[in-house]
Amino acid sequence: MSKFLRKSKTKNRTVGQEIRRRTIISFSLFFALLLLGYIGWHWLNAQPDDNGVPKPLRIGYEKNESVFRNIFSGNHLAKTYSKDKAVKLVRVNGSLGLSDSFDYKHWKLKVVRKTGDTLYISLNELRAMPKTEIIFDFKCIEGWSQVTHWGGVKFSDFVKKYNLDPEATMKYVGLVTPDKGYYVGIDMPSMMHPQTILCYEMNGQLLPLNQGFPLRLIIPVKYGIKHLKRIGTLSFSNTPPPDYWAEQGYDYYSGL
Amino acid sequence: MKRIVKKHPLAIRWFHWVNFPLLAIMIWSGILIYWANDVYRLGWGNKTVLKFFPQSFYAALHIPYKLALGMAMHFFFMWLFFVNGLLYVLYTFISGEWRYLLPNKRSFKEAWLVVLHDLHLRKELPSQAKYNAAQRIAYSAIIVMGFGSIVTGLAIYKPAQLYWLCAICGGYEAARIEHFVLMIGYCLFFIIHIVQVILAGWNNFRAMVTGFDVVKDTPVASEEIINDKP
Repeated sequence: MSKFLRKSKTKNRTVGQEIRRRTIISFSLFFALLLLGYIGWHWLNAQPDDNGVPKPLRIGYEKNESVFRNIFSGNHLAKTYSKDKAVKLVRVNGSLGLSDSFDYKHWKLKVVRKTGDTLYISLNELRAMPKTEIIFDFKCIEGWSQVTHWGGVKFSDFVKKYNLDPEATMKYVGLVTPDKGYYVGIDMPSMMHPQTILCYEMNGQLLPLNQGFPLRLIIPVKYGIKHLKRIGTLSFSNTPPPDYWAEQGYDYYSGL
Repeated sequence: MKRIVKKHPLAIRWFHWVNFPLLAIMIWSGILIYWANDVYRLGWGNKTVLKFFPQSFYAALHIPYKLALGMAMHFFFMWLFFVNGLLYVLYTFISGEWRYLLPNKRSFKEAWLVVLHDLHLRKELPSQAKYNAAQRIAYSAIIVMGFGSIVTGLAIYKPAQLYWLCAICGGYEAARIEHFVLMIGYCLFFIIHIVQVILAGWNNFRAMVTGFDVVKDTPVASEEIINDKP
């Protein structure tokens, strides 16, 4: 009591007045901050578009990429399963880049070297190389996943076999379908990950047409959007190659 | 006689009110992500009691079908949500506020009495400090849930690079379910929290903004205080 009286005398306010004063100050500040948050939210959403998302969110993707690239390691493997866990009915989730007019009889994988020279590699040549099989939980960016069984040439083996070591020191690999309707860009560490394969088999048989026959990418350290079906051209660069889904607002890195 | 008593430190009020919109954005963007594969339901066999979510839900909330935007938002605001939560936890431990927040031995027994009181089945509330037993449990549980959201979230986000975290969560699919269930948990917490705040009244709500409580001393109580400190 006495303490209170002393205080109110010096400030010349009753308890009621003091309560009122403090309440008004605090709530004014509270509403000002609320307004600030509201303005901030609208500012964010009104920012110029950068490939399908407001610019600050695109920067957010890139910052996240640089954080998670630091923990990336070829020793961190996607979980693998036994053959009996693999589904027989593999989900088909899109036919981008798979035009009907595709001439598979004359298909050869086109590899553009650093020097600009090109290599043409047939399916039989790839099949003559050591085969790597992987049974893993394929993860779609939509949120579903499926344990599936794939076989093909490990990309790092492919690099060795065709003397692409100078290319492997570059930062990105670009993949494009023969009709150029679908294209992805992938960072080199993810391409060189031991589970990344140039894939020609599903469930022990050649790929069906709707799964990208004759050759597709299987890259378990990425979402499904990066597993390009029907590779036409493979090239290397130090700048990020065009990426179909990254242009639609998705993360370019899309690493798992 | 009315008296002004300090209740919530500025830091705690700050963390609380910053967390509110951040959690709202995380849930909103999370629903945009979930919608791309909205397979969860409550039910058995072919019988579905509750689908997450019915079309009417998306329509009523005007939720756009924008997976990319949802991901961009979620992976942007996750940092702010995480940092704010971390600072809150650090603050409660350093300041000693945790003493009011963590449940003690009596809390689990007393929480029932609080629930019975709130349901008007019991007249008296057990004696309490800043928070009652039910609040102690709820406010501690929400921190555990926040931790769970970070762990399960990271497991879904980087299941290959953080394969061990994904394994702890019981696998990729399990982590996604857990992450979703925690979100439902926040929504239920929010509903109960709002109801309780409304029931507790103005003085209690004002304390969360201004930091002070207004206590009405009965003459007897005042005399006791005076007698305590001659």
